[in-house]
Order: sequence, then C-alpha cells, then structure tokens
Amino acid sequence: MSEATKTVTPSASTAADKPRQKKKPTVIVDDVHVTYRVYASGRPAKEASFLRKRATSMRRLREVHAVRGISFTAHEGEAIGVIGANGSGKSTLLRTIAGLTPPTKGAVYAETEPTLLGVNAALINDLSGERNIVLGGLALGMSPEEVKEKYDAIAEFADIQDFLDLPMRTYSSGMSARLRFAIAASVTHRVLLIDEALAVGDAKFSRRSEERIRELRDQAGTVFLVSHSLKSVLDTCERALWIDKGILRLDGPSDEVVKAYQASVR
Amino acid sequence: MTSTAAPADTAQGLTKLGGRPTLGRYLTQLWGRRHFAWELAYSRFRSQNEEDRLGIGWTVLGPLINAAVYGLIFGVIMSKGTRPGNFVPYLVTGVFIFQYFSSCLSGGAKAIVGNMGLVRSLHFPRAVLPISLVLQNAFALMPMMVVLAVIVVLTGEPVTLRWLLVPPALVLYSMFNLGISFIAARLTIHVRDLAQLIPFISRVLFYMSGVFFAVKLTVSNDSGKSRILATVMEYNPVHIYIQLVRHGLLTPTDAKERLSLEVTGQTWVMGAAWGAGLMLLGFLYFWLAEERYGRE
Repeated sequence: MSEATKTVTPSASTAADKPRQKKKPTVIVDDVHVTYRVYASGRPAKEASFLRKRATSMRRLREVHAVRGISFTAHEGEAIGVIGANGSGKSTLLRTIAGLTPPTKGAVYAETEPTLLGVNAALINDLSGERNIVLGGLALGMSPEEVKEKYDAIAEFADIQDFLDLPMRTYSSGMSARLRFAIAASVTHRVLLIDEALAVGDAKFSRRSEERIRELRDQAGTVFLVSHSLKSVLDTCERALWIDKGILRLDGPSDEVVKAYQASVR
Repeated sequence: MTSTAAPADTAQGLTKLGGRPTLGRYLTQLWGRRHFAWELAYSRFRSQNEEDRLGIGWTVLGPLINAAVYGLIFGVIMSKGTRPGNFVPYLVTGVFIFQYFSSCLSGGAKAIVGNMGLVRSLHFPRAVLPISLVLQNAFALMPMMVVLAVIVVLTGEPVTLRWLLVPPALVLYSMFNLGISFIAARLTIHVRDLAQLIPFISRVLFYMSGVFFAVKLTVSNDSGKSRILATVMEYNPVHIYIQLVRHGLLTPTDAKERLSLEVTGQTWVMGAAWGAGLMLLGFLYFWLAEERYGRE
C-alpha cells in the first residue's frame, strides 16, 4: 500500500468535454479522493474515537485510497459507462456521486441528489414484493395515488406478477434485481446511477432495461452505468470512463475507451 | 475544472452534495415522506409475527405472559404492604405500558444500523426510520390497550370518565418514546457497542419505574438515602406515564390505594415537559448528524 498514498493527477479527463459544451451540466466531479479506514482484521472503522487508540494497538488500522483525484463533468442527456477491473474504485466513485459516501478531498456538485441503484441495494426482505413496491415508491417521494397509478406498470416491468405476495427473501437474485430496477426506474431521475444492478437479469430483462435507460436519458437526464459487460456499455452509452486503481485513465466516446481498455487487458 | 483548497458550495448552478439540510427544509422533506413512515410502520407491524401460528396475537400474549410471571414471583415474595389492593390490573398496566417504552428504546437503537440496506440505497430524511419505529410500536400498543381494558373491567374496576385521560397520557408518552428512539438511533451510529448495553438500561428502568410495586408504599421518605431514591423514582418519566395511565383506569377504594394511585397536576406537568422536551431535543440531536447516517 505504500505507493497508494501518493497523489495522482488525472491524465486525460477533458477529452469528452469539447463537443458537449453547450449542454447543461448535471454532475460535476471535482478532484474527488475517497479514503477508507479499515481495520485489517476485517472490522470496519467506526466513529468511536475514544476507543480508537486502544483499538489500533490491537487491530491494525489500514487506509485504503480507493479513489485518487477524479474530475469530470456529466451533461444532460448523456449515458456514461464506467468500466475497469474489480476493485478499481468504480463502485466507490458511484457511491460518492450519489452523495452516500463523502469524499475525503474534493467535491461533487449536482442539481438534486442522484439515485443509486446497486446490487446490494436491499429493499425489505421480510416483506412481500407488493409491499416493497408500495414502500419503495413512497420512499422515492411518490404520493400514495402515484404509487397506485404506477403499481401495475412496475409489477409488469419487473415481470414478477406471480410472486408479488411472497416475501422478497424468497426471490432469486435476478428477480429481486428486476424489482429494484423497476421501482427505481419508475420515477424520472435527473441522474440515475446503476451499479451492476442489471448483471443478474436474464436476456429479456437486460433488453428491456437498456430500453428504459435510453428513455430516461432522452428525458434529459444523465445515466451512469457500471458494468463488466462491455457490450451493454457499448449498446447503451456513448461516453465511457475507464477507472484504473482509483484514477481516471481515459474519458471519451465509449467505443474508443472500450477498445483501449480491451487492449490493456490482453 | 480547477480545484481550490476549500471547494465552493456551488458550481455552474449546481449545489455541493453531502450537506445537511436546514431544519425547515428537513421538516418539509419529512412531511413529504409521511406516507412512507406510516406504510413502513404498518407493514412491519403486520409482518413481525407472520411466521408464528398465533401471528399478531403474540403482541398481546407476550406481555401478558410477562405480567403473569412477574405477578407469580412478586405477588408471592413481596409483602402485602407494598402492593395495592387490586394487584392484577395494577401490575398488568405497569408491564404493558413499560413494554411500549422498552421496545422503542431497543428498536430505536436499531432504527438506522438495522436498516442499512434501505439507508444506503435511497435518499429520504433518516428521521423517518425512528418515527416509523415508534409508530410500529404504537400499533402494537393498541391491541394491548384493548386487552388491558378487558382485564381492568373483569377484575371489578368500574368504568369511569377518567378513562378519557388515558389517550392524552399515551400521546405524551409517545412523544417521550420518540425522543428516546431518536437519541438511541444516533448514539448507536457512533458507538455500536451501545446496543449491547440497552437490555441492562431497560432492566434498571424497569425496577425504577414501579411496574410491580407502588413507589409511594415501598420507598420510605424517612432516611436520606431512600429519600433520594424516592425522588428519582417520582421524577422518572416512565414511572410518571405508568401512573398517569393507572390513574385513568383504576379507582381506589381505600386510603392505601388512594396513595398508590395518586396523580396531581404536577404529575401531568412533568409528563408534558418530559414528552415535549425529549421529543424536541431528540429530534435536534438526530438531525445534527443527518449527513453521517449510512456512511462508513
């Protein structure tokens, strides 16, 4: 971890900004660094500062510099793919853009708080799919009438009509991913962040979700998509960010970025 | 994008993320999610005993068995002098009313840390979670109050106009419990270990609240030490609320019972002060850490 602490400036970050200068920015990420403090035993660092002195003497406290100075600007109507190896900081970056993990240094600017849709974004496992649709909708800020209106569309999109009365813990991972996406996608978001949430769905669902992502983007929103499926990045996004070991390696049209990424892997 | 030492609060018309909303804005957001808080409380209440044969019945059966156990033990061990004449409704009221507090305390401690999945995936004012927890326990209190009323009548207590004093007492008590769960919810974020201590805090309060004995008959006012104990118990908010409900439901028949059920205007003032005070303090304390929930 010794080389991890040195600051790295983004190498190529503004390449994609030029053709989009006229469009309104929706998210500005300004030199964001994220550092996690983790106990090496695997127990996460907590806020209990009065315990920390003693705790460090017993368990090694280790700093993980997950994101190291990333800057870019996202605009209206963009779908941005985020690619990179496992552990390169993609998910951390998305959680920071969503306002759920505070940056250690730098800042994220946005109009409203972006919505993050992640793989482990659990709804309430003990409750039925039906209750989760209602609760998820209300949590997103819909009124009870809106939820009633959109209920059928959500259930249909998730394609789980036969299992709506069963508790969510009995769902397969694909089924619950579909339900989560269907709920989150039922609202028009200015900025929607999707973190591998579509990977577990079947072919039919990934086609429909890609369609929905395009729709959301056309409603002048911005969509971020973290995915290991380079094909789905190419299919849905015209711009891509390649994150490598916490720094932004390349930012540009998705076909170029994907090509460069593939070349580096081989 | 040039970065400065301290990032500005706005850039090109966008606002910086991660700040805590102002109190007014927070209250507006909270009001916007009132349906969410209600539905969450109701769904959780309906599902909590779903896997048991008797289902919702356990919300009443559990505390009832609890009361029976305490009644059996303390009714036999303790001298007659410490308990009022009609002991059964006196004890059951104490156990049921205390139950509401203890589940708000232990549930409040888990309101944020037990809902990390929800907190990490959706933006909503986090105060929704402790509020919905207290609502959920208030739903559970309703059937308990019905059973309590039946027990009170079956044990020969008359139905009086004083019953009307029970709902306002419960409202003040709910405000107090809301304050408690706000505070417990934030404290366990800072020190996770606190959740381990909650059962003991609950236990101490149980013995300090006159659940199964009458404070006025048990703790004498003569010597210095027991006077302090008596004063602490008298001002103990949980004891105050238990007494307010008892005063509403039970009718004294002799001097001893009159003393054990005595409630004055001062008791009501203290109940109102504890309720309003703790609710406000708890809410402010919870709101001050809003930006920290779910981030570690």
